[in-house]
Amino acid sequence: MNFLAILKIAMRALGRNKMRSALTMLGIIIGVGAVIAMVSVGQGAQRMVQDQISSMGSNMLYVMPGNMMQGGASMGLGAASTLTDEDVIAIQREIPTVAHVSPVVNSSAQIVFGNQNWFVRIQGTNEQFPDIRNWKVQQGEFFNEADVVSGSRVIVLGKTVADKLFPGMDPVGQTIRVRNLPFRVSGVLEAKGQSMVGQDQDDTAIVPYTTVQRKLAGRTIPAISQAMVTGVSEAGSKLAQNQITDLLRQRHKIGPTESDDFMVRNMADVAATSAQLTTIMTLLLGSIAAISLIVGGIGIMNIMLVSVTERTREIGIRMAVGARPNYIRLQFLAESLMLSLMGGLIGILIGGSISRGISGFLGWPTLVSSLSVLISFGFATAIGIFFGYYPAHKAAALDPIEALRYE
Amino acid sequence: MIDPVHIPESAPDAVIRLERIHKIYKMGEVEVHALHGASLRVNRGEFVAIMGPSGSGKSTMMNIIGCLDRPTKGQYLLDGQDVSKLNKAQLADIRNQRVGFVFQSFNLVPRTSAIENVELPLLYAGVGSAERLRRAREALAIVGLADRGKNMPNQLSGGQQQRVAIARSLVNDPSIVLADEPTGALDTRTSIEVMEILQRLNRERNLTIILVTHEPDIAQYATRVIHFRDGRIRRDEPVANRKDAAQALRELPPAEEDDE
Repeated sequence: MNFLAILKIAMRALGRNKMRSALTMLGIIIGVGAVIAMVSVGQGAQRMVQDQISSMGSNMLYVMPGNMMQGGASMGLGAASTLTDEDVIAIQREIPTVAHVSPVVNSSAQIVFGNQNWFVRIQGTNEQFPDIRNWKVQQGEFFNEADVVSGSRVIVLGKTVADKLFPGMDPVGQTIRVRNLPFRVSGVLEAKGQSMVGQDQDDTAIVPYTTVQRKLAGRTIPAISQAMVTGVSEAGSKLAQNQITDLLRQRHKIGPTESDDFMVRNMADVAATSAQLTTIMTLLLGSIAAISLIVGGIGIMNIMLVSVTERTREIGIRMAVGARPNYIRLQFLAESLMLSLMGGLIGILIGGSISRGISGFLGWPTLVSSLSVLISFGFATAIGIFFGYYPAHKAAALDPIEALRYE
Repeated sequence: MIDPVHIPESAPDAVIRLERIHKIYKMGEVEVHALHGASLRVNRGEFVAIMGPSGSGKSTMMNIIGCLDRPTKGQYLLDGQDVSKLNKAQLADIRNQRVGFVFQSFNLVPRTSAIENVELPLLYAGVGSAERLRRAREALAIVGLADRGKNMPNQLSGGQQQRVAIARSLVNDPSIVLADEPTGALDTRTSIEVMEILQRLNRERNLTIILVTHEPDIAQYATRVIHFRDGRIRRDEPVANRKDAAQALRELPPAEEDDE
């Protein structure tokens, strides 16, 4: 007896009770749909976080000056001014796994052009900033090494700042005033969007770090607040992290028992942590939805048990004319499998639409991956077999004489 | 009554050979002895009627002959093959290939067309769909329902349903057809019509038929009547004045077109 014939009989049996079959299937449809939709929300979040991290550069390292104790009170990371220009230069010169490095000196100021003004976070970096942050200049150009050496008054604007100060104008080549000092706008960075924490990354302006130190800061020359480093590769950044640590310990003359006065933070670690978090979220959402799938499976089992009882006589007839117990088992298994497979397919379509709806109406990023589709469909199939087996076995174990006599 | 010891070992054409068949049912603590060493031989082409009151063991005998059940003790040779020790799946195969069933309550699969009901044994025999259809049509034509293949059981009269069941019992070209009270749910005319078909099949196709009935006049259409009582065969005799169903139909007053 071939498989096609079994499927045909199963199909017919389900067709006889369309309402019942549809309701039973609904359990699986909701289950699979919920799994697909929930996992798509989780994976969408995962994807978004990963995109943001890789847009920052996952082979990126931050070197921060360390903790400082003042009268027994810890001042927190970055409080000490232990990181110097020379450290940064040494990192560049002595560590081959480092591709780019730039000191960062932060400041902030009111900047003015004509009758427009804007308060902006100013980052002082060197000319390698676009390479490190993987951030292209959209208009004009970034400042060069000579500007950094001389501490020129050049400024590169983030997209948001450019739009605020120069509505409908080309900012490149214009002169703006930062704390009453004239700066030449040399370029505008391309839009980068929100950061992971929801900050507008384009609301910024970049100037040579030497300019911040010499012209924008007050009387004291501020130490660099951090160094941005990129490894030559993602794998290389791990090595670079260790090498930078060794180099800085040596340069800062830290004894083997003393702790670091700086900290090297690897973006790959940050990425791994947030990936872990979003994976947990995805699993949580998925498993809650999976419960409804199991409930759907119990619905199948329930209906199949009713069906076996109702069709006891039919089973007896089939056995009398020569159906082996195995065929009977296969026939009922095929019915439950068909319920769960069709429910699974419809559930995938519905789950996909819900996921689209979520991203459309709520603006959440969602991602229906082929893996989640495969897994939920496979899960639905497994449920069909698992919950269909007991009723099918019950049918196959019937005694033909008893079954024929059943009223 | 035939003593099994005297059955010639070289029985030329014995389709059914039952030797000292015992069947004991356990109902909780109590053992019910349904068959007490019944022995029976049926040759090819015989039309045997089995009679007896309820509880006489005739149904148990029927189930064993039909390979729906196994004897507790004793040997059963169907077409020369020992089927008394087979497992469930093997018994299913034997039923599929060697036995045709006709029941009192027709036992057609509901909401399944007549032709598909007839095809059922072929389906389980693994016959291809074109061949299935051909043989099912042929069987329906034999019982005079060639034009009712598409009808569902509930669209057919009782007599027609029973004829579909007979077609189904024939379709696998079985060694024996077991008819368990085939006329029990039918009126006189339809009963005789069904007997006419069975007699015709017995005569024209040399089909071996075992008929269980408690109506003495229905038993008169057979060639041999066996009486059961208390799990034993009490009487086994040829039918002296065998009735011809075709003749009986002609003698019936012209009918008020009851089922067609």
